[in-house]
Amino acid sequence: MSDFGRLVRAEWTKFRTVRGWVLGTVAAALVTVLLGLFVASNSHSVCSKGTVDVECPTSPVGPDGQPVRDKFYFVHQPLAGDGAITVRVTSMTGLITYPPPDHDEIVPGLVEWAKAGVIVKDGTAEGSRYVALMVTAKHGVRMQHDFVHDTAGKPGAVSADAPRWLRLTRVGDTLTGEESADGASWTSVGTAQLAGTVEIGLFVTSPSDLTVHGGVGGGGFQARLAKATATFDSVGLTGTAPGGDWLRDDIGVEPNPDGTLHHPGSVEEAGGVMTVSGNGDIAPLTGESGPAIQLALIGLVIGLIVVIVVAALFITTELRRGVIGVTLLASPRRGRVLAAKAVVLGAVTFVAGTAAAALVIPLAWAALRSNGFRQPGVPLPTIARVALEAGLLVAGAALLALGLGALLRRGLAAVGIAVAVVVLPYLAAVVGGLPTAASEWLLRLTPAAAFAIQQVTPEYAHVLASYTPGSGYYPLPAWGGLAVMAGYAALALGLASARLRRSDA
Amino acid sequence: MASSIEVSDLRKRYGRTVALDGMSFTVRPGHVTGFVGPNGAGKSTTMRVVLGLAAPDGGTALVGGVPYRTLRRPLTHVGALLDAGALQPSRSARNHLLWLAHSQGLATRRVDEVLEQAGLGEVRRRRAGGFSLGMRQQLGIAAALLGDPPILMLDEPFNGLDPEGIVWMRGLLGTLAAQDRAVLVSSHLMSELQHIAAHVVIVGRGKVLADTTMSELLAASPGEGAGSLEDAYFALTRDAVEFRGEAAR
Repeated sequence: MSDFGRLVRAEWTKFRTVRGWVLGTVAAALVTVLLGLFVASNSHSVCSKGTVDVECPTSPVGPDGQPVRDKFYFVHQPLAGDGAITVRVTSMTGLITYPPPDHDEIVPGLVEWAKAGVIVKDGTAEGSRYVALMVTAKHGVRMQHDFVHDTAGKPGAVSADAPRWLRLTRVGDTLTGEESADGASWTSVGTAQLAGTVEIGLFVTSPSDLTVHGGVGGGGFQARLAKATATFDSVGLTGTAPGGDWLRDDIGVEPNPDGTLHHPGSVEEAGGVMTVSGNGDIAPLTGESGPAIQLALIGLVIGLIVVIVVAALFITTELRRGVIGVTLLASPRRGRVLAAKAVVLGAVTFVAGTAAAALVIPLAWAALRSNGFRQPGVPLPTIARVALEAGLLVAGAALLALGLGALLRRGLAAVGIAVAVVVLPYLAAVVGGLPTAASEWLLRLTPAAAFAIQQVTPEYAHVLASYTPGSGYYPLPAWGGLAVMAGYAALALGLASARLRRSDA
Repeated sequence: MASSIEVSDLRKRYGRTVALDGMSFTVRPGHVTGFVGPNGAGKSTTMRVVLGLAAPDGGTALVGGVPYRTLRRPLTHVGALLDAGALQPSRSARNHLLWLAHSQGLATRRVDEVLEQAGLGEVRRRRAGGFSLGMRQQLGIAAALLGDPPILMLDEPFNGLDPEGIVWMRGLLGTLAAQDRAVLVSSHLMSELQHIAAHVVIVGRGKVLADTTMSELLAASPGEGAGSLEDAYFALTRDAVEFRGEAAR
């Protein structure tokens, strides 16, 4: 065995022969699992229609298995092979119900991602594949497909003075989107693939009007119904059955208890001009997808505190009792002593953190499902990824506490500082009622950035949502957050190592 | 010089206090070397410098011809007892030795051997925090013997030992020296040292006052007839003590 290997083995023997440290680590894992389970089994999802409780609806699932929103008004015809649709959009208007500040009237207006355009879709089932070319209220022309993919065309809104031509052409399995200001000179926006018999036609939809606010308990958001209406003319269709009838589908609309439709869309056709209204969205579900990882890992906050205590004591008792002198007799090269301690503590806490997370996420999810939650579960590879990163988060906090303990040589101070920089910023950001911007800075600059490992759904630039830490969205990616934590731990260990090497034992 | 301690011209200050002021001596194998001097004379500091725990301001300290910090498995070269209280109280005696053994790549069997040798076989599973000072000294001795080192440095090994323990320690030191090990023992128990140490280094004010064989020291002692180490010690250290007294004023 190498010199360093012997040292690591000795530190492992040291760790496992103090019962308090072993029990503390086990307790940290246990409290993480039990708290997550407790909170999950006390969380209920209740859905009602009018006054009647119903089973909560299941979100449709997109081609990649992600939950999606697929609600729009669709005017379409079947297309078996090659073909194309060309339209001119001459106006786009809308209504927003009871927006701020007074919430007392329905006002004309469009939300920024209101959409109108042409679409080719693999049937009319919610969540089925599609390729769409559209004008939006504030983001110009876009080509989007399969919910998560978005390509920008030219900017600018549509009006009678500035109409926009859109053309979607299928050759083989390849769809090409083009736009034009005059119907003569065309610019390509993008391409995408969609095979088989499809439905080709026009669509209009509009996401809800959203207000996101911070607040104690994570803040929240308000969503208000918004609908969009677009006028299409010069509709040209090739490749479909000659003289085919337009089919109309209000995709994703919900019936009211009395049998009428809840906020239905519509189409009016007069002299080759089609006016289509719709509300909803064709987009991945975001913050609304419900509690998941963050709720399951709620016990991590307490587990981390326990781990921090064990990590700090692992070095400070040795310093206080003078055992460090014996250690340095056995290994006079001092930097290596701290490194060996870090290896052992890092490995132990990584295993504990990973095991706890890998256990609590599926268990908490099962409890949530039996309590009425209907969001699709987190896929296994994602659970594995989050569990491993949770292990890294716990190990990072432990190494930070180890470094602080070695540097300050006082257990209480080390624990206090480690908790103050790891746990408190996270709590402040997620449930503390800070403005979102302040929360995000805390989660960029402090070691609490590593909590970003809990984010499992990406932020989409083409979907407006409550992207706040409280809803599980972090300013840094998981690896970035872990890197911030690692940086602080390395700094503390580096300073501690310098102090240990400089001073007489 | 496989089993020797060579200290040469060690100097060290703590702030304005001079701890070592040109300390030089050599400890040779085959006998016990007594290391005596008043409190604050620099005995413990010298040992800590030799063992790499404290850095000197000047001078060199070698064990077996090399600096302690360069040893790859130091406990197989030098065994030391410095502070018997340096224990994690909740760890058992056996586990305390076990991690030390693992750090040197020594077999677990060796742990049980030294526990028996130090008379701790019966209490090996007990928490070291519950040990008396004497038992802690025995555990410290066991730790020093763990790597079967040719060099031993023991700071006040008789502290806290009961009469049986003192007899045991006396026998152990003799055995270790007879095995041709270099054994440096610091103690305030002059009569004890007089009987077991063949060589003696007397220090005061951070430097060596006498470095000689016990028989020569006793022969030159100021008392009539058979002198004692105690008399020689007091004769030699009187100045050192007085000096300290003045400094205190």
